[in-house]
Amino acid sequence: MKVAFYPGCVSKGACPELYVSAKMVAEPLGLELHELESAPCTGAGVLSEQNRDLADALNGLTLAMAEAQGAELMTICSTCQGVLSDHNYHLKKDEVRRDKANATIADQGFRYSGTTTVKHLLWMLFEDIGIERVERAIKRKLTGLKIAPFYGCYILRPSEALGLRERPERKTYLDRLIALLGAEPVEYRGATKCCGFPMLTFNRDKALAMGGNHILEAKDKGADLLVTPCPLCHLNLDGQQPDAARVLKKDIGVPIFHLPQLLGLAFGFEPEQLRLNHHVVPTKGALEKVELKV
Amino acid sequence: MQFTIEVGRYNPEGRYAETAVPGEAFPAPWNASPARRYQTYTVELPQHAVVLDALIAIREYQDPSLAVRCACRSAICGSCAMWINGHANLACKSKLESFTKDGKTRVESPPSMPIIRDLVCDMKPFWDKHLAVKPWLENKEPVPPPDEEYRVPNAAMEELIQEVSCISCSACLMDCESFAVNPDFLGPQALAQAYRYVGDPRDDKTKERLGELSKAGGIWDCTHCFECVQQCPKGVAPLEQILKLRKLAVDAGFTNNPGTRHADAFADSVKHSGRLNELTLMPKSTGLFNIVGQLKTLPSAINMARAGKLPPLIHKSIPGVERIKKIFQRVGGRFK
Repeated sequence: MKVAFYPGCVSKGACPELYVSAKMVAEPLGLELHELESAPCTGAGVLSEQNRDLADALNGLTLAMAEAQGAELMTICSTCQGVLSDHNYHLKKDEVRRDKANATIADQGFRYSGTTTVKHLLWMLFEDIGIERVERAIKRKLTGLKIAPFYGCYILRPSEALGLRERPERKTYLDRLIALLGAEPVEYRGATKCCGFPMLTFNRDKALAMGGNHILEAKDKGADLLVTPCPLCHLNLDGQQPDAARVLKKDIGVPIFHLPQLLGLAFGFEPEQLRLNHHVVPTKGALEKVELKV
Repeated sequence: MQFTIEVGRYNPEGRYAETAVPGEAFPAPWNASPARRYQTYTVELPQHAVVLDALIAIREYQDPSLAVRCACRSAICGSCAMWINGHANLACKSKLESFTKDGKTRVESPPSMPIIRDLVCDMKPFWDKHLAVKPWLENKEPVPPPDEEYRVPNAAMEELIQEVSCISCSACLMDCESFAVNPDFLGPQALAQAYRYVGDPRDDKTKERLGELSKAGGIWDCTHCFECVQQCPKGVAPLEQILKLRKLAVDAGFTNNPGTRHADAFADSVKHSGRLNELTLMPKSTGLFNIVGQLKTLPSAINMARAGKLPPLIHKSIPGVERIKKIFQRVGGRFK
């Protein structure tokens, strides 16, 4: 299945392990990735709030690029998903906004007519690829691992633009996937909460406490690791975890996996291939539970 | 139809729970919420019944000791916001049937607020924040004589309908992620109300208000998680109002804050390369001359570099970046 692949800035920046593992799992999932190399950053909501026309034009351009490819646009980042979904929702619905965005990008040879579908890899697993295909690709069940899902805000809220009204089951995909891969999903309140990343540069200690509290809650419920479909959550939960531990004056030490890394493990790839040895919080303990080493 | 309700009971024997201590270390004092005892009741009610019907039925016919705060039963008074299955909702607006999970519905006082008894939380933090934004008009001259109306264009008031719809139920604050770790944060309700006055053409203190709101605890302390938009029973969408305030504050010149620096650094990076430069974003947002702030981020940067998670030192532009620059020139506004 051909998809217009939008990797997002972070997977090409501070989370290279996400980009690598996403590309790796594409083949067993039957995904043919056509990367939108010249698509700009979504603005992560920061640009939308200061200048809607600008964000409409930038995201309209990306949506037009996918439209020209005649494929669904696939994200691997909840934040990209949220922002693209939001602009797509409005550009589809609101002709005035769409015309305005098109007027800005027209002389570059682009026009968005409003037909692109934006889907995170997580949604594609259930809605396009199908769980039978995912099941067939499993070579190594993750039995024995207790995994806490961490959805991140922008893949869940606001629910209207994300199509959760029509498809409420999207709220449960991560839990279902964990079970499908043979592991046990951990139920905890923080699963659908904010990791704190958007506040990291404004109010550092509070942002760290926010993320840290969620990891501690999951740990309390017995989680061996957290899995997230959002690299920004990963930056806060993994990258800043030692600092969060310091702020909260508690031991944390819970590894955070990207969604494609977890898939990759179940599909039989080795931890090093998935760059699980390039995390701030060591993944060793969790991997040993499924008899793997890094 | 038979419904099973699990009610979080808490009876402090005459003692009020601790109230907020602004500026105290987190987690917020009320986050260490006292343990509840969960008591299960079974009630017989019609299929269309709401959670509040069940609570009233329990109090009237089974257990008069149950404390629950309610009044209008029609989602107008804002009294009965509480946690239903772990999220803030109005009990009078939540259908039992759709809130039944694994055969039961769990209701409790939200742990983010101080608790008084059972389902009754202390609204003090809510009202303190509400009052802190001066939720009243400071009339702009000339004020018409008392027997005349202060006329404003219809469109100006239509713009504020969303904010005026607030019923002060506190559902948004109860589920606010920033508030949970930061008692000083004004919170979604108060900030949405702030916009209601900032956006009112009759108000004379727009600039002063925006200045106050740009300080610590204000608009830049929101974590942008959309919980308030999701939980508000009246469609106020507080986050959207906070984002409007951010833009107005920046336009009014209140730019010496991490939020504005972050937006500027972000825009600059996208304009020049089409994508985000994570290497410069953090230091620029913190403020290049904010040495203490810079030092605080250093340990994390070292940790990430050690793990091989540092963004590429040479930041590459996306192909066709000229296109992006053109878009910025056209509609970039102050980011041009």
